[in-house]
Amino acid sequence: MTAMVKAEAVHKRFARLEVLRGINLEVEPGEVMVIIGPSGSGKSTFLRCINHLEKINAGRLWVDGELVGYRQSGDKIYELREREVARKRAEIGMVFQHFNLFPHMTAIENVVEAPMRVKGTPRQRAAEDGLELLERVGLADKCRAYPSQLSGGQQQRVAIARALAMEPKLMLFDEPTSALDPELVGEVLDAMRQLAHDGMTMIVVTHEMGFAREVGDDLVFMDDGVIVEQGAPRDILASPREVRTREFLSKVL
Amino acid sequence: MQVRHWGRWLSAIVVLALVAWLVESAVRAHFIDFAVVRKYQFSSLILKGLQATIVLAVLAQMTGIVLGVVFAVMRLSKNPVMSAVSSFYIWFFRGTPVLVQLFFWYNGVPLVFHRLTIAIPFTHVTLYSTPMTTFMTAFMAAFLGLALNEGAYMAEIVRAGIISVDEGQVEAASALGMTSMLTLRRIVLPQAMRVIIPPTGNEFISMLKTTSLASAITYGELLRRAGDVYSTNFEVVPLLIVASIWYLVLTSVASIGQYYIERRFARGRMRSPAETALQRVMKVMQRSPRL
Repeated sequence: MTAMVKAEAVHKRFARLEVLRGINLEVEPGEVMVIIGPSGSGKSTFLRCINHLEKINAGRLWVDGELVGYRQSGDKIYELREREVARKRAEIGMVFQHFNLFPHMTAIENVVEAPMRVKGTPRQRAAEDGLELLERVGLADKCRAYPSQLSGGQQQRVAIARALAMEPKLMLFDEPTSALDPELVGEVLDAMRQLAHDGMTMIVVTHEMGFAREVGDDLVFMDDGVIVEQGAPRDILASPREVRTREFLSKVL
Repeated sequence: MQVRHWGRWLSAIVVLALVAWLVESAVRAHFIDFAVVRKYQFSSLILKGLQATIVLAVLAQMTGIVLGVVFAVMRLSKNPVMSAVSSFYIWFFRGTPVLVQLFFWYNGVPLVFHRLTIAIPFTHVTLYSTPMTTFMTAFMAAFLGLALNEGAYMAEIVRAGIISVDEGQVEAASALGMTSMLTLRRIVLPQAMRVIIPPTGNEFISMLKTTSLASAITYGELLRRAGDVYSTNFEVVPLLIVASIWYLVLTSVASIGQYYIERRFARGRMRSPAETALQRVMKVMQRSPRL
């Protein structure tokens, strides 16, 4: 079985700053991988490389057996055109720390926008599917509300529904609860837990150790652009092998 | 006891006295002959000029907006040629007086280019050919001059609107598989509108008045028509007042329109949209006790 995500010696530089210094990992279909680490460790950057929001400088990155942002023909690698990159991105859902809902559209309009405009789904179908998705995240009654009329937790659940509307084969979560008031974190984690239960392949960058332990199949601890430690969440959180992991966990737990 | 604002009372009295003195001296000097104003306010010549002013202002503004969007997008393009061409256009048309540009189109262009010819390059097929003097009418010159000048100002307004939109919006759209053109059309521009609309309203109000410059290249808009009348009957001041009244009417209507359009584009930004003037009046009426 091909891995859903495979990274081989992935490097990323911003000007002089090396943010990723050789990332190797594999995510199997249906797996939930949780990435933790201090800020500036490169975990969000790595997530953004997976759907080509950032271009990698060296190494190889595959999603579902295909190179991200490039096409291989013989020994040569060709950069993909914008339209082709867009088509690939449509298969990968992403949820952002600050939700990034479209503020000039209602919840349901946010959800149906991409299916209608990118996939060409007819309005009627898109609206029915969209409403079902909003129902799944418990917000069917808010479908006509604008983002400014919703709480942070509700906005993030709409953002999850929006990403799911494209029927992605992989979901990326970039610190989805970090911008939320503490009492709103639970409802978003519940939606994600449900999604994991339904078999979605997920990569989650988070500081929620409880979620990592309970839902994660695999835990990665990143620091300074490299993977320091990887393994079953229960084992790492209970008895980290590396000193840096231990130091980090002692600060957040 | 509340604080008494003696200063406010004093300044108000001084200002009112000054205004009264101005009005009184104007009336005494028969500065305004209202009978003449009334006679010409709705005369067919003036109304024709009014119509020409509206047509010119609306066409030039609409073209200016389209040009503005195009040049703003070019300016923000990663292609250095696009960006440089756009910068040059903005620099040139913002940096020269509109009146000079109008003279340039009306008087200059026909001197340099004798014929306007549209042909397929590298063949002898001619699609359209006419003497430049036939093509470059006063209207055409005024339209081109005002629209191109407006395009330069609108480009900067649209650019400010586009860069005001949060980068996360573009990322979210990209992550959903939207191309950059689709993102611009569906996500960025609608949000940029909130920033673009108010100054655009000002631009249009300004445009309504700037059309009067076209009188200098013989285009028969409002001011030119008023001038035509007072050059025969010498009622200079009343006819200038007639024109001014029409300009005030046009700009007032435009301001009201601007208010409603701004309200429309604030959608989703406010928890409840601001009341319209009509709604506010209705509310006051309901609140006041029945007489």
